[in-house]
Amino acid sequence: MKGGKITKIIKEIKVDVNKCTGCRSCEMACSAFHAVPKFSSVNPGRSRIIVIMDEGRDVFVPIRAGDYAQAECNGRNLYMIDGKEYSECAFCPASCPSRDYFKEPDSGLPLKCDMCESQPPLPEPMCVQVCLPGALTYEEREEEVDDNAEEPSRGEMEIGLESLIKRYGMKRVVETLSQFKK
Amino acid sequence: MRYAETGVIIEVDLSRGNIEKVETDPNLTRLHLGGQGTADKILWDRVPPEVEPFSPDNLLIFSTGLLHGTPVPGTNRVAVNTFSPQTNLHAHSLFGGWWGPELKHAGYDKIVIRGKASELVYLWIHNDRVEIRDARHLKGKGAQETADLIKKELKQERAQVCAIGPAGENRVFMATIEHANSSAARGVGVIMGDKRLKAIAVRGTKDINIAHPAELWEKSALIRQEIYDNKIVGDPMAGEDDELFHTDNFAWGNARVRKKGYWNQYRQRKWGALTQSARIRETGCYNCPKKCHAVMAMPGRRTYFLKCFNKLTYLMAAHLELDFNYDILAVSQEYGLDGFATPQVIAFALELLQAGILNESDFPGMPEDARGRFFYMIDKIVNREGIGDKLANGVYWAARQIGNGAEVYDHNTTKKFEQVTIKLGKVNPTFFLMLSTGEKMSITQIEGSFPQNPIRNPEERKKFVDDWVAVPNDKYKKIFLEWEKRHDMPMEECCAVVEWNEIMHYIDDAIGLCGFLSSFRGQFGGRIPFHSNNLPELVSLASGLDIDKDTLWEIARRNRTLVRALNVRRGLRRADEKPPQDHWKIRDPKMEQQLLTTYYEYKGWNHQGIPTKKALDALGLDYVSKDLIERGILKENEEASPAEASPAETVLAEADEN
Repeated sequence: MKGGKITKIIKEIKVDVNKCTGCRSCEMACSAFHAVPKFSSVNPGRSRIIVIMDEGRDVFVPIRAGDYAQAECNGRNLYMIDGKEYSECAFCPASCPSRDYFKEPDSGLPLKCDMCESQPPLPEPMCVQVCLPGALTYEEREEEVDDNAEEPSRGEMEIGLESLIKRYGMKRVVETLSQFKK
Repeated sequence: MRYAETGVIIEVDLSRGNIEKVETDPNLTRLHLGGQGTADKILWDRVPPEVEPFSPDNLLIFSTGLLHGTPVPGTNRVAVNTFSPQTNLHAHSLFGGWWGPELKHAGYDKIVIRGKASELVYLWIHNDRVEIRDARHLKGKGAQETADLIKKELKQERAQVCAIGPAGENRVFMATIEHANSSAARGVGVIMGDKRLKAIAVRGTKDINIAHPAELWEKSALIRQEIYDNKIVGDPMAGEDDELFHTDNFAWGNARVRKKGYWNQYRQRKWGALTQSARIRETGCYNCPKKCHAVMAMPGRRTYFLKCFNKLTYLMAAHLELDFNYDILAVSQEYGLDGFATPQVIAFALELLQAGILNESDFPGMPEDARGRFFYMIDKIVNREGIGDKLANGVYWAARQIGNGAEVYDHNTTKKFEQVTIKLGKVNPTFFLMLSTGEKMSITQIEGSFPQNPIRNPEERKKFVDDWVAVPNDKYKKIFLEWEKRHDMPMEECCAVVEWNEIMHYIDDAIGLCGFLSSFRGQFGGRIPFHSNNLPELVSLASGLDIDKDTLWEIARRNRTLVRALNVRRGLRRADEKPPQDHWKIRDPKMEQQLLTTYYEYKGWNHQGIPTKKALDALGLDYVSKDLIERGILKENEEASPAEASPAETVLAEADEN
């Protein structure tokens, strides 16, 4: 099959920053959906979506957690959009050392949006479902990609272990695991 | 495990710099739910009536509601309670926004503040870490400016801050506690300033646990949609340009002049265009899909949140146009001044000048024009300079301190507190009762569930009653079905209506629910998302308490009665219970006194409005009756109010009327 083309479904959340009211229902809903058991607790501090808010400068930007970044950027762009200034960070999804977003409050481990993948699947991610003012809308589109371009999807354990290794080094993780074994 | 609540409060002693975290008794949640309910239990237990509002022993309590931090939409109103220097009575005010849920997520249901700091300080709460920090560098700073500076110095842009402005620091009685799009007033900002507490910054990242997760989520999702779809809930006037109702029915100047015919198409277009250009965004509070507040940008001013009826209060007091109101609000909110009371105080002062009770020398350097005068006066009041020092105590006290006949110009206060400036024709019995006996000091915190007007057409009336989801029981259906004209409801039924109206506020204020989705909105025609039929289940699912409608009403009655007891213990009596003297043109003193007596009896209170031992004990408030009897305020076997008012009282009321 190598070298062939396959159709992949791209999931997209469209963000209309002008419609965001700053209610942060998206944060509430994300944290409740990802609680174990589902909806058993609420904690925007665990949310994989947050609203970057600066009322005084009229900045209201919901952003979704992306990949973990080990270090913060060397410099930052400031964007002027329609007369308003946005820091690059207002659009950046990284769980990075420069800010306390997108980290598990207890462990400090990075959080990443999974588009609420679940069985049975949700019609749309939770944050979109609760965003009644319409700042967040959900779209799926199909895209043809190279078959071999797709990496096998990684489970939570792989992602977690990798971040532990990045943080503490392979040696300490292996040592700790072998201690657990005993 | 505690559900919905955290079970922990922070006790701060500012005199000693001591901070303690105290676990609360779950039984108190069962009895009072939380929010204002449990706060007042603390005030009862710990602030005896001898304690003056400015004493270090007075407490200032910030309470989250029981449902803050749960998925139930619209639960974000923080109750602030203390004793007010303006009224020497219980002070109650609410603010929404994001601060309450943030405090809950930091792990606390309440902050109880006692003592006074020696220098200006602020409180920083970050989960387990609670610090009293130096705020001397924030002295004189505006409320939102303070919030920004604190977030910056803590490097915590996600922190939520409530703060006082210079008005609170200078112990102006109309001072507010400002938080983003919301503020608490009516006696709480002045106490925060007296305690030299500039601000409370909070950041919380802990879980709130839900007792019955799946069911609560499902119900909350349906309610969220209903809130969004329902056009009468929230603040529908926030997005409207048509101000006919306000300009026609509310009085201008010092709550004095009605201007019929002021509103016209030209003005609507002009004001609408100004609003369009100044309003840069519509915003909501935490976990609510409504857009009740607007971010406003006026040239040369800091952006601010426009909230509620503040849009017109200054312009009506000053007889000016909307541009003035939008402009001065940017200033007054940074000062941390109540947009309801302050314009009345300024208009009162200018009326005294016109009447020759005050003269030019009381206003050195004051500009000639109305705009300039209001900006001048607001500065004098905030800084307590010259005549501003007296005016900063509100209309009631300023009138008495100025003397020389100024008392006559104090015509819009009740229990020494400035009221909404509405002036009407014939006395309305239910509103007479609410204005007279309400203890949340503003009619908007008392009215709200029963419709304001009857429906003339019998078929429509029947249909309304059939579709009435919020109605608690058949008694209220019957009252509405038999109600023909605005003023003709039998006295007993007026009492029942007032009780329902009040009860809903006491429920909302305990669970932290916004009145715009609940207690305030039913009066405008019906379908509201929250009412005493669905709240028992929501509270039970969130908290694990087993509450039905009767229990919820009983808790609300208990909380309401406790406020009455707090005030009675501080001297509140029948003579204090009257509406602003010219609220209605046509009064009926005899009927009014009979009505008051009937109401007291309905509540199980004696002729002075003091709850009887029987009424108190039935609500489990026997520790209250014991205290009131020991103090000689109440007699052991006192009966509820007799049905007839004494002739002396009728005469008194008539004299008052004239």
